Amino acid sequence: MLRFGRYVRAANVEDALEVLRFRKGAQVMGGGMWMRLSDRTVPCVIDLSDCGLDKIEETEDEYRIGAYVTLRDLECAADFNYRTGNVLNAAVHDIVGVQFRQLATVGGSVFGRFGFSDVICALLALDSEVELVGAGRVPLATFIDMPYELDVLTHVIVKKHDYLASYQCLRKAATDFSTINVCAARWDGTWHVAVGSRPAKARLLAGEALGVSSAEPTADEIARAVEAVRGLAYSSNMWGSERYRRHLAGALTARSIVQAAHYASTEAYQAALAACTREEAIR
Amino acid sequence: MSGKLMDVTINLNGKKVAAEVAPDMSLLAFVRDHGCKSVKCACETTNCGLCTVWLDGRAVLSCAVPMARANGHAVTTLEGLQEQSADFARCMAEEGAEQCGFCSPGLIMNVLAMEREIRERAEAAGEQAYMPTDADMDSYLAGNLCRCTGYTSQRRAIRRYMASRFESAPAPEGAWAGTIVSGEGE
Amino acid sequence: MSMIVTRESERENLTHVGSRAVKRDAAALLSGKPLFTNDLAPADVLSVKILHSPHAFARIRDIDTSRAEKVPGVVAVYTYRDVPDRRFTLAGQSYPEASPYDRLILDRTVRYVGDEVAIVAAENDDAAARALKLIKVDYEVMEPVLDFTKAKNNPIVIHTEDNYHVNGAWINNDRMHNVVASGLSEHGDLDTAFAQADIVVDETYHTLADNQGMMETFRSFAELDAYGRITVTSSTQVPFHVRRMVANALDIPQSRVRVIKPRIGGGFGAKQSGCNEIFCAFVTYKTGRPSKIVYTREETFSSSNSRHEMRMHVRLGAKNDGTIVAIDLYTLSNQGAYGEHGPTTVGLSGHKSLPLYNRALASRFAFDVVYSNTMPAGAYRGYGATQGLFAVESAVNELADRLGMDPCELRLKNLVQEGERLAQYDDNVLYSCGVSACLERAMEMIGWKDKPLRRDLGDRVRALGCALSMQGSAIARIDIGSVDLRLEETGFYTLSIGATDMGTGCDTILAQFAAEALRCDTDRIVVHGVDTDVSPFDTGSYASASTYLTGMAVVKAAEKLIAELRRRAAGFMGVDAADVLFDGDELLAFEPGVLDIDGVEADRPEFTDIDDDIDAIARSYRVAQEAPDAEPVARMALAELANKLVAGGDGDCLTAHAAASSPTSPPPFMSGIAEVDVDKATGKVTVVDYVSVVDCGTVVNENLARVQAEGGIGQGIGMALTEDVQYSDRGRMRTRSFMSYKVPTRLDVPNIRVEFAPSYEPTGPFGAKSIGEVVINTPSPAIASAVAHATGNYVRTLPITPEKALFGE
Repeated sequence: MLRFGRYVRAANVEDALEVLRFRKGAQVMGGGMWMRLSDRTVPCVIDLSDCGLDKIEETEDEYRIGAYVTLRDLECAADFNYRTGNVLNAAVHDIVGVQFRQLATVGGSVFGRFGFSDVICALLALDSEVELVGAGRVPLATFIDMPYELDVLTHVIVKKHDYLASYQCLRKAATDFSTINVCAARWDGTWHVAVGSRPAKARLLAGEALGVSSAEPTADEIARAVEAVRGLAYSSNMWGSERYRRHLAGALTARSIVQAAHYASTEAYQAALAACTREEAIR
Repeated sequence: MSGKLMDVTINLNGKKVAAEVAPDMSLLAFVRDHGCKSVKCACETTNCGLCTVWLDGRAVLSCAVPMARANGHAVTTLEGLQEQSADFARCMAEEGAEQCGFCSPGLIMNVLAMEREIRERAEAAGEQAYMPTDADMDSYLAGNLCRCTGYTSQRRAIRRYMASRFESAPAPEGAWAGTIVSGEGE
Repeated sequence: MSMIVTRESERENLTHVGSRAVKRDAAALLSGKPLFTNDLAPADVLSVKILHSPHAFARIRDIDTSRAEKVPGVVAVYTYRDVPDRRFTLAGQSYPEASPYDRLILDRTVRYVGDEVAIVAAENDDAAARALKLIKVDYEVMEPVLDFTKAKNNPIVIHTEDNYHVNGAWINNDRMHNVVASGLSEHGDLDTAFAQADIVVDETYHTLADNQGMMETFRSFAELDAYGRITVTSSTQVPFHVRRMVANALDIPQSRVRVIKPRIGGGFGAKQSGCNEIFCAFVTYKTGRPSKIVYTREETFSSSNSRHEMRMHVRLGAKNDGTIVAIDLYTLSNQGAYGEHGPTTVGLSGHKSLPLYNRALASRFAFDVVYSNTMPAGAYRGYGATQGLFAVESAVNELADRLGMDPCELRLKNLVQEGERLAQYDDNVLYSCGVSACLERAMEMIGWKDKPLRRDLGDRVRALGCALSMQGSAIARIDIGSVDLRLEETGFYTLSIGATDMGTGCDTILAQFAAEALRCDTDRIVVHGVDTDVSPFDTGSYASASTYLTGMAVVKAAEKLIAELRRRAAGFMGVDAADVLFDGDELLAFEPGVLDIDGVEADRPEFTDIDDDIDAIARSYRVAQEAPDAEPVARMALAELANKLVAGGDGDCLTAHAAASSPTSPPPFMSGIAEVDVDKATGKVTVVDYVSVVDCGTVVNENLARVQAEGGIGQGIGMALTEDVQYSDRGRMRTRSFMSYKVPTRLDVPNIRVEFAPSYEPTGPFGAKSIGEVVINTPSPAIASAVAHATGNYVRTLPITPEKALFGE
């Protein structure tokens, strides 16, 4: 069972950072859903409940998602989801249950940088940054590889674009962790594909590394993306073998690109679907 | 063991309850200590939904809420919703859907939360609230595990109850107005 | 052994049997009343926690509890040095138990990761938890046997203790070769039969040690009563067996133990083994103080009991026209570290699967049950039949596919019929059997004839698969159910039972039987929970026994009570008891001869091997049933009679006691057809429709029977698709929570469609058989076959993960 050595309710995020830096072993608690699974004492738990981080704010060119926005709030944020291809709704709505998502926070999901994270996978394909009290704004792709420094995450920022996006994952059972999750998004004229639950941290492929450039990718282009995705590292655990994950990553990449893209004609769409059919192991 | 105790006050089922507790004490343990035995613990991993209570009117897992966070908030358990839950309880009983009954309080709390949320969202949008689809209800309640029933009898009870509370959604414009048979998906 | 035999012609006249009576405890359960074990524990109990072994096989060299004992609030720490050196079993079975006596409360040798090493009792949970961490154990770690397929004759022997004890030689125990039990039953000449086969399916199937996953984990509390006796309140299916276990474990007389069963949050067989009652009983015995133990979900997964993992080799011989001529089944059952339910579960893998194809010229069923250093197995709904039916039904499905035959048609050609003598079922005669009707109706429900086995839907394939199931109803000649039925002041009845309602509704079902027999509303029947001090003996709720067996005892007791009521009322009215009729509310006296009944003998059914007292039941049931046209000469209200009987003078409170046991265990039957979608690129299997038709004899309560069926199928879907028990290389269970062991959520289960095809079981109360277990057996073989039709991959090791469906095994 998780124990608190001390409990500090910070008045503002700067205070929180100070406590974090000066109290040995101090940790910020998000929803606490993951943290509470460990059997240990956290010397000092910092609560940001009073810091006003529980809102999604919209500016002219970005969405600022407070670290204490719950996954349920994120899922139900209609305008935000509408503008971002509904990928965050798709990523979170099968996570455990409503009562869980009412507590789990965006900040906790992102700061933890868990390999299985559905939230990170979806955000990574979008134009996302995190805002830290100490380090300031950092692209999400950079942040997920940063060491766990003593800093306080206050916001996740998603910049506005005309997103075309699709999130796909495979859960062995409903509400289970993803065996693989994939998010494809086209923005600023470029395709981005994030692959998570490899089971290591999510990876982002874009531009030339992905091999897809046209707005309406052809089956051959998608096949290049599938190959690129399969080139990432995968390994085995209880949720799937390395072989299966590699296969799934490709198959779901093809599906997510075809789903995300807007094909002008049915013929083009059908032709692109051939890339998905190619991934079918059952004929 | 937490180093320090703290004074907490919550509004539990409409009554002010104050106590000196460890800040890491779970809301689940607290409400059980204060007589709300309907709230059950059936996992330690936030997977089962049996400990569902309302925190400021929203359904949450009480096992995952430390008292330090519950402090100052309103908590509702089934003990505080005896009248409001009676109609749904009757629907459950008439289907035999409670079976062992151990998971029933958590499910009831979430079904009533679902009903309330549908109403509130519709109100906020200035729209009429309609009966949700079976798929929507399953999705909303997915966090409530049950090992006895295979869920089918619960669905019958929930559908019957919700239908008594909401008008059915109008068919989309241009759609065939007859009975929509689902299941084939082709 | 006496038997009540009832008649099919009476079924249409029944009022309460067949109704949809709401469960008697429904209102209290649904309003969240404190009814469960942990809700009832006294506030000042000691908290009991267990230190579990981190090693699969080790001997304790030394154990130092001194630091743990110094933790403030710790009252005691117990180790193997403190417990009686007398072995026992935790299997909830009738004495003498088939399971070997191979346990101590704490043993110096630990035999699986999770085995108990020490017991801590403290004033609160925190202190107990802290103390656990301070116990220092010096283990001599030994090489374990983790692979049960290598356990037999392994040089590593798991049970070598001197005081190991086996109650019955019939189990063929050979523990020095790690064999808990073995056996063989043959019928016909197998070689000759196989020689007639044109085709032989020869495959091996494997089911895992699934967890029962009831929502309420194991828990119990103990206290001393006014007489210094140990009273254990436990979430158990077997209170009377727990009384014996506690007495055996503590080495005290059973008279010093009392067990109370409150409401139970599910059991499914898990609570047919004692799990933690012995620990709190031991603490209370030692300290004299009340104590409580509540297992965590992790302990419930990894330190209790599960289904027996089984590997089954099937050889199925048939002619080209689909006629099954020979079946050969060998089952290897993984017992884990201790022997609970080992010798008995394995039998069902053959005895509850082979009789479906009873017409085969020959069959053989052989088995070994072996110890290994994994968690002990125990009872789980289906009890071996589930495993055996996965193997045999899968083989039959593969036979159909190889012959290019419709799997349903192939079955209809071979199925067992009413009146047959079941060679692999103790040679019992099958008095009631609706298995063909079950299959035919399920085919209609799903539209079998209009659908191909496989349809391409673009990115997924939709496919069908079917399976059949049978089980028993109580253990013949071993189980016993008894009840006390008492007439109370104002004319209501108190029904005391020893059968344990675990959420299934047996309290309600038994009240329905009583109300039917006594011709009154169920409201007038009060039913008690179980308390071994006051409830009549019952072996417990398992083996699908309560409805069939205890139900029979209720009917018998009601008959006795009616006879007494008539006798006493006749005395008060000054007439002959033979001329008194009881219509439920009144006792009516008629002129002599008016009530004479003819024709009881005329439609007496013929039974082989069954003793019966059909005359008693038939006559008094008809007396209650049919009031003659004649005017009564005297009448007395039941309330008046009851009030006279509790008054002084001529009063004599009426109690009827009856026990039932059965020479046969009539099988219920069930069909299941699964329609699944398999995603062509991911292999993800989605059950889109599941239809099932059950023959449980007379349906006593349609709502409760339906929920039993739907619930069993839901669990079966979990077993088939998502419940994937995994161990580490060192024998540590990795699936120790609902986070990694996936019981189905409501998103994993379709709307299950259940109908009934009730046959009439003449030996059952009002024609009823059992339903609790038969319902879990069809999903695994039906879904596996549907997946095979969709993908061409025959998955023979459960569960059918997307990966196996996609790539094959």
